[in-house]
Amino acid sequence: MTRSTDPVVLDDWHAIGRIEDMPRSTRLLGQEITALRGADGRVRVFAETQERPVQIRYGHVWTTLGEPALDLIEMPEFDEPGRRLVTCGIVTVRTSPLRIVENFLDLAHFPYVHTEILGTDARSEVETYRVEHRRDEDEIWALDCRFFQPQASQSAAGGQMSEYMYRVPAPFITILYKTCPVVDGAWDLIGLFIQPLDEVTCDVHSFVLVFDETSTNIDLLHFQQLIFLQDRPILENQVPALVPLDPGREYAIRADASSMAYRRWLREKGLRFGTLPEGVAL
Amino acid sequence: MIRLHDYVLSGSCYKVRLFMSLIGLDYAPVPIDYFPGREQRGAAFLAINPLGQLPVLDDDGFVLRDAQAILVYLAGKYDHTRTWYPEDPAAQGAIAMWLSFAGGEIMNASAARLHDMLNYDFDIDRVRRAAHDALRILDDHLTDQEIRGADWIVGGAHPSIADIACFPYVALAGDGGITIEDYGAIQRWIERVKQLPGFIDMPGIHPAS
Repeated sequence: MTRSTDPVVLDDWHAIGRIEDMPRSTRLLGQEITALRGADGRVRVFAETQERPVQIRYGHVWTTLGEPALDLIEMPEFDEPGRRLVTCGIVTVRTSPLRIVENFLDLAHFPYVHTEILGTDARSEVETYRVEHRRDEDEIWALDCRFFQPQASQSAAGGQMSEYMYRVPAPFITILYKTCPVVDGAWDLIGLFIQPLDEVTCDVHSFVLVFDETSTNIDLLHFQQLIFLQDRPILENQVPALVPLDPGREYAIRADASSMAYRRWLREKGLRFGTLPEGVAL
Repeated sequence: MIRLHDYVLSGSCYKVRLFMSLIGLDYAPVPIDYFPGREQRGAAFLAINPLGQLPVLDDDGFVLRDAQAILVYLAGKYDHTRTWYPEDPAAQGAIAMWLSFAGGEIMNASAARLHDMLNYDFDIDRVRRAAHDALRILDDHLTDQEIRGADWIVGGAHPSIADIACFPYVALAGDGGITIEDYGAIQRWIERVKQLPGFIDMPGIHPAS
């Protein structure tokens, strides 16, 4: 697999692991890369002999193969005192990064994949929610999402109506904001930083950033791993792995409002990586 | 009080969780940060199990490692029906043979899963091939059993701990890129296990449809 030629993904920042996952030899967008960690703790990333820019933020190491016009996304919640950050390690999934984002945005799968945890057969309807393309920040948001959840989190005692917001601030970053049961008016964050190794293979880095005084870090970690590893076989069985973006074919796929907005946004950006070329039969 | 040093994504821990659920035994899980924290390789856990492996059972101070050993112990002590590990020496010998297979050859499917899912360093072609060799042996055996009118790995009318020991990594084979489409008897056996009263699932294994 050779390096992608798609400028949309080349000129973006991508997480390649937690600091503690370094040093690491891996791939990014089809390109072999090596991340080294010096005696002083500094992380340097090389694509063959070429050194690439590095940022350490949100518990992860970020790099780019191109020249990003924008800085890494902002998540001010990471600076709020009292929150706990749990990073979940690298999980490989054999599908395109687009499918991983769309599955994350999809409320309808909760009762069937996360049965009696994030959803239940008896209350499987998805209420109408709002989707916004925020032009100023150029981000996709899904708002006013409500879903009945038998066990919404590690610390939840009994079922509750959960309120969600979803944010897609970059093509392969997605964050869930969930009403915090501990602090009034606050949101707990769960997010995925997706590192595309190639168009149909991804390393997924995930985190939990919450106000929670009762769960241990291991409890939070294992709840998150339980949920994500329930999704993994579903994702790997989706055919084709590449996602069709051209509007004429949207009828052919199951797409809810947020994933339709996501696809439209990617189409506007001209993204090709991880998509099914036009004219290729489904 | 029974405590189980446990990891949510471990098929070996799931052998024990599943069996305790099937026989209605209560326990307290002690979650271990197997991945990414590698807590099982730290000094505190190595003092519990010098092999650095899960699961470990602690039954009021009696500490036992190895999923297969734990199944033998739990069946002997807590299965008052004596069906999961019958007292008949021939059945016990056959069960021991398949327990060894579960902790041995079938673990190639676990290695493939760790490689594909969590980036563990294995020779993926070799372990997948070895996993298929093991699955073929199990499928042939289950086919022979079906011809005899038997639903389970050992005996006929009732499952044994051999089924529970073999089940997880066979059912999770897809996680490691190993398809079980060609193993018809295995697929039917998986569905039978899922129908057992008290069956519980884990990530990667769906309950019966």
